[in-house]
Amino acid sequence: MRPLAPSRVKLPGWGVRILSLLILLGVWEFTALEAHSHFYPTPVEVAEAGWSMAKPAVQTPGSYSIPVKRTVADMIRASTSLEIPSLSLQIGELPFHIGVTLIRATIAFVVAMIAGSVIGIVLGRNKLANWLFDSWIVLGLNMPALVTAILCYIYLGLNTWALILAVAINKVPLVAVTMREGAAAIEPELIQVGRAFRLSATQMMRKVFLPQLYPYFMASWRTGLALVWKIVLVFELFGFSNGVGFVLQLHFQKAEVAKLLAYAIGFIVVVMIIEALITRPLERRATRWRL
Amino acid sequence: MSNVLEVDIQSKTFPSPQGGEFTAIDGMKFSVPRGQFCCIIGPSGSGKTTFLQIVSGLDAKFEGSVKIAGQSPGMGPRLGYMFQGPRLMPWLTVRQNVELVATGRAISQGMPEKLLEQVGLAEFIDSYPNRLSGGMQRRVALARAFVNEPPLLLLDEPFISLDTPVADKLRSLLLDQWRARGATIVFVTHDLREAIQLGDRIIFLSASPGRVVLEVDVPLDRPRASESADVEAFRADLLAKHPALLAGLEQSRLAEGETPRRVGSAA
Repeated sequence: MRPLAPSRVKLPGWGVRILSLLILLGVWEFTALEAHSHFYPTPVEVAEAGWSMAKPAVQTPGSYSIPVKRTVADMIRASTSLEIPSLSLQIGELPFHIGVTLIRATIAFVVAMIAGSVIGIVLGRNKLANWLFDSWIVLGLNMPALVTAILCYIYLGLNTWALILAVAINKVPLVAVTMREGAAAIEPELIQVGRAFRLSATQMMRKVFLPQLYPYFMASWRTGLALVWKIVLVFELFGFSNGVGFVLQLHFQKAEVAKLLAYAIGFIVVVMIIEALITRPLERRATRWRL
Repeated sequence: MSNVLEVDIQSKTFPSPQGGEFTAIDGMKFSVPRGQFCCIIGPSGSGKTTFLQIVSGLDAKFEGSVKIAGQSPGMGPRLGYMFQGPRLMPWLTVRQNVELVATGRAISQGMPEKLLEQVGLAEFIDSYPNRLSGGMQRRVALARAFVNEPPLLLLDEPFISLDTPVADKLRSLLLDQWRARGATIVFVTHDLREAIQLGDRIIFLSASPGRVVLEVDVPLDRPRASESADVEAFRADLLAKHPALLAGLEQSRLAEGETPRRVGSAA
């Protein structure tokens, strides 16, 4: 029997990869046409739904529904309650809701990465602190995400900052655990080099200490991004009037599967763009020297 | 004042795991004049590394005094240090590794490039350490130790676990730099041949707790080839004169399985 890995198969080019995706779309289109069901729209119908929601709302004569006009300023107000009226560019419903969710996720992510890293490094470097606070971390790790969210809404009210805080709190223990592992694995021999040559505190931090933590940081970055993205949606289900979580619920109630899928695909596209433009380049930087 | 290093360590203890104290150093008093290549030799556990950590200021808890060019360890100009392993930062290039420890003055004088060229690494200056062989990594460490033209260099068995030709090449690079820069060197080893080949003077330490038991000058002409009759004769003479003193040293070397010369193991 041939071993499964590592295979030495020469991989075909990108064209074949795209073809594989096109086949998936083709199968979807074909089966959806056959099924002829409102609950199983074709890719073309999903694309149409997506496009109609991506455009800024226009008042069509004779239409019974009143379109809601959304601007970038509305998006920022909904996600952060900050008023920046100068950003009056009008945007469609789909970019509005995805944008609101993206801003919330980004803030929660940044807060969690910073807080989690600081806590993790302190616990990893200080045995006493770790002995005292390790059980807090275990508590945090096992706290059901929904309980955190509900408590935040009860104490802070049903507003966007309560949501952001709840998401961040969920993520902090996970970051802290990974960073603690990294900080505990710091090579004392390299620290000694820095001390023997009397490096300044900033050099020590930037050139000796932090580079050793970078792989751990990237690991929590990756898992963190995926987690934060997903729980923001769940937390938006509670009585919010904006964000992807809210619209998914809305379209679920109206059983508008084409719109649901359009949001899902929009969401995936945003994640892929973040992956390509931010996560991958950061990871390349982290592993450059290992080549 | 012509002594770069003045050592008078009365005692150095560590808390032992069983409770109580463990004495690592029990009396080390000597001085090293400017420009001297001073070898310190002792069996495993004679406090060699502990001694270097005290001199470099990494360990300040000891009884006695150490002065480097009249100043306490950790004060005054930066020293050069070469460890048992290369200890390069794997995420920094060869050049960045040397520049990391260099003073602003050394960098503005182009010392990192100059030294890396002199140790034969001009071509690899922008490579990462994991692209280099063990011997090349130690050349980087050698360049790093000399980059600030320090008043005192501390070398802690820097050439162990290397093949003989590689180690010989590194020794000659070290001697070149020592001569060119007029440096003062404290070189710790447990290899008597290496000490005779390199040193102006050899200080012998006892087994644990470490104590100075003998000091000898090595009046042989330089350059001294590693296999030369001079070196062998000097060694044989020393062993004949001080059999009891060096018995422990030789035994510990044999115990570490070191039958061929200079294929040392970590002290």
